[in-house]
Amino acid sequence: MTQYEAVIGLEVHVQLKTKTKLFTRVPYHYGEAPNTLLNEVVLGLPGTLPVLNKGAILKAVAAGHVFGCKIAHQCKWDRKNYFYPDAPKNYQISQLDQPLCAGGQVEIELAGPARNIQGEHRKVALNRIHLEEDVGKLTHGANETCIDFNRAGTPLIEIVSEPDMHSPEEAFAYLKSLEMHLRYIGASDCDMEKGQMRCDANVSIRPVGSTQLGTKVELKNLNSISGVCSGIRYEIQRQIEVLESNGHIEQETRRWDAEKLVSTSMRSKEDAHDYRYFTDPDLFPITLSDEVIQAQRDQLPELPFAKQERYQQELKLPYTLTSVLCPDCFLSNFFDQTHALYPKNPLAIANWIANDLLREMAGKPWSELKLTPPMLAELVQLIDGQVLSKQNAKDVFVEMIQSGLSAKQIVQDKGLEMKVDIEALKAVCQEVINAFPQPVAEYRSGKEKAINVLKGQIMKRTQGKAPIDLINQLLIECLNNKS
Amino acid sequence: MDDVIFQSLDTLINGLNAKQFSSVELTQLYIQRTKAVEPKIGAFLSFDEDKTLKEAQASDKRRAEGASLSELDGIPIGLKDIFAEKGQPLTCASRILEHFISPYDATLVQHLREAGMVLWGRLNMDEFAMGSSSEHSAFKMTHNPWDLTRIPGGSSSGSAAAVAAGEVPVALGTDTGGSIRQPAALCGVVGIKPSYGRVSRYGMVAFASSLDQAGILARRVSGVARILSILCGADPKDATSARKPIPNFLADMQANKGKQWSLGVSDAYFQEGLNPEIRQSVEQAIEFYKNLGYRIVPIQLKTLDYAIPVYYVIASAEASSNLARFDGIRYGYRSPKAQTIDQVFEYSRGEGLGPEVKRRILLGLHVLSSGKYDAYYYDKAQKVRRLIYNDFMDAFKQVDAILAPTTPVPANKQGEKDTPLAMYLSDIYTVSVNLAGLPGMSIPCGFTQDGLPIGLQLIGKPFEESTLLSIAEAFEAGHDYSNCYPLL
Repeated sequence: MTQYEAVIGLEVHVQLKTKTKLFTRVPYHYGEAPNTLLNEVVLGLPGTLPVLNKGAILKAVAAGHVFGCKIAHQCKWDRKNYFYPDAPKNYQISQLDQPLCAGGQVEIELAGPARNIQGEHRKVALNRIHLEEDVGKLTHGANETCIDFNRAGTPLIEIVSEPDMHSPEEAFAYLKSLEMHLRYIGASDCDMEKGQMRCDANVSIRPVGSTQLGTKVELKNLNSISGVCSGIRYEIQRQIEVLESNGHIEQETRRWDAEKLVSTSMRSKEDAHDYRYFTDPDLFPITLSDEVIQAQRDQLPELPFAKQERYQQELKLPYTLTSVLCPDCFLSNFFDQTHALYPKNPLAIANWIANDLLREMAGKPWSELKLTPPMLAELVQLIDGQVLSKQNAKDVFVEMIQSGLSAKQIVQDKGLEMKVDIEALKAVCQEVINAFPQPVAEYRSGKEKAINVLKGQIMKRTQGKAPIDLINQLLIECLNNKS
Repeated sequence: MDDVIFQSLDTLINGLNAKQFSSVELTQLYIQRTKAVEPKIGAFLSFDEDKTLKEAQASDKRRAEGASLSELDGIPIGLKDIFAEKGQPLTCASRILEHFISPYDATLVQHLREAGMVLWGRLNMDEFAMGSSSEHSAFKMTHNPWDLTRIPGGSSSGSAAAVAAGEVPVALGTDTGGSIRQPAALCGVVGIKPSYGRVSRYGMVAFASSLDQAGILARRVSGVARILSILCGADPKDATSARKPIPNFLADMQANKGKQWSLGVSDAYFQEGLNPEIRQSVEQAIEFYKNLGYRIVPIQLKTLDYAIPVYYVIASAEASSNLARFDGIRYGYRSPKAQTIDQVFEYSRGEGLGPEVKRRILLGLHVLSSGKYDAYYYDKAQKVRRLIYNDFMDAFKQVDAILAPTTPVPANKQGEKDTPLAMYLSDIYTVSVNLAGLPGMSIPCGFTQDGLPIGLQLIGKPFEESTLLSIAEAFEAGHDYSNCYPLL
């Protein structure tokens, strides 16, 4: 049986997070009542004209930089003409032959063999990124179709990859990477459920070893990242079955049904639209100076994969922690700021953020967070300085999150400051050694774990105020002395 | 009554200032005149007497309080039914917008309001400005006040006829291929199409975006100059409006008085098909300027022959896209027969748009279609358009303005030009100005033996309307045509 290789290209539309729409100063937010974010321009009333929102251009330029695209010094707007009720003007202002960004590549990380092992990284080539305006949203009822034009006119970037992916897993990693990077630079929230990211896939197959592309099928209606994965997986299998039964693959557009997990034909190549593109005479070409292009590059934050590399190489953080911190701009910024204030213990800071902070804030928005990087830095410093014990620190942390009080304040209020009277602690160690001969004997006979019983007793007797490291040190001293 | 309604804007302004009449009284004169002659002329598609009189009252109140907004405060003006005026119909003389009321003001309408002008009525036109006779209005025919059996020209038919018949002292029109200059010529009034980008297109329903420009029709050169002064300027709502200093045209004209300019004359405008009486009038105008000491320079405009085909390719292509929004979904006419979404599009447009509009949309769809050649016709036409512009700019190295007839023939009888091609050729002298984005004017320069007005066309350098107005005013000062008005 022939072995086949899939060839996949993705066209991803991403809604840019700008204050107002692309060609008129009407705000856009998700979830408003239908047809409330409108004016005469959005509705395409007679006589209205588009005026470019420069903020959208800058966000798109930033996106281009993230993926190493070549940013055009001049690009223009074209009209894509077609009749559909969601398009208020029956044409969409887009970019045909002079896109804002050309080339570039998206670094992706494939899943590793285990959760704590980093997966393979590779780069997926991009064809282009261009800007265009979004259309309205149709809701089909039993006897009627409603149109909501709120979304119409919001800025989209269309990110077109080369046919450079070969598995549903790569497509998945590609979308995850787009999502991560675009969130990082604040270009978009990329929430597929809210339509902030939409994906069409071009899928073809060919015998392994062949360099020619097979007939491609365009998949639409892929409404979630996992939907993209399942849709592509289904399509590859469908095409293999067609070829294996000596059929031939039609160039067509198919619609993915995420409930039935099948795709159905929407239209064949013969029905393809003639969009009658031409340069939009209402808008002049955009010219971008070197300075403007460079300024966007200079403003880019450290990108997630570079950050992850730095955390692992320079700060010696384990992959599992970096894989939690790095994809999330908020978490990694929180880490960086805390680490800058207290550079001595990045591992502890990373653990507090990746474990405790995430657990305490589960289901809550970051805007409600009362903890700040200086507060966390202080907490870690108190622990490392043996002022606060690790076990009490957990409770202090929870209280900090709830009350917004500083660690010092809580330690003081609750009298949690550790006592470091070494002689007294030595006496307690000796007391415990005397009181628990059995674990002492076990320890001395080489069963090192037996010491934990003793430690627990000491902590109990010191009400958790003695630093565990000190307990450990003194206890071992006492145990060894006795012989 | 005639002694007031046919006066220049200067005289009307003086009359208001001298309290010879109030804005309400002046407005009433034009309302009465309109009611008296409309059955013969048919220049108006609609008017709102109460609203207009309220605007006049407000103007009188401001004047009484010493708070007039401008010299033009209280002067009535008519609007071609293509400019959005909040709360008023905006039909473009099309069934598809028959019951559409504009919820917003065009930028130019805002400028008129800021100057305190009184908006009197919505003026007839060829549907969506496609045509040059008013015969393509879906609602009515406008008659030439000089001969009611003849066309007034178009597409700003109502604007030209209403000014000529004394129904308004001044009107706004639009000019995509000659739609201000040609009816101005045929009705014996002054018309100006400013440089592309000089005035905002926001709120002016688009026919061909790269060619459309609003302009003014009035009885005298100073009248169009006064209104142009308040309309100019970059508009944040129109990306194609030019960021140029706003001239004081009247002051420029004053400063230019007596200046001897050089004028270009090209054989291209005096070829076969030019009516001999028009030729004679224009030649006399050339002589007149010579006698004023102007230099007359023969110039070459080699590419002018291509202007008509290039114009119809570009204008139709842009129109096919601009008019796609009229689909029966969000506003305008929706066919009651439509059952499916495709039928909403097909029947609403089929029933709502007139034959000339459909013809141009079909032409536009064709020239934009990919197939073998990607937008071949459109791109090619844009290249030739550039050559036409270059030709003009070469000529302007030698001359300050170009003189030409506005139209090849005077107003024809209604129904006479029965083929689209005959109609398209009547734009032959005007379309190149739009293709090159230049300012152009038509001023009255005589009458035929049949008593039909003849227009002299002046074409200027980009954004040099001041020069054009100065040259036009010099002609006006030496002639009496602007004092002639039709007997109705």
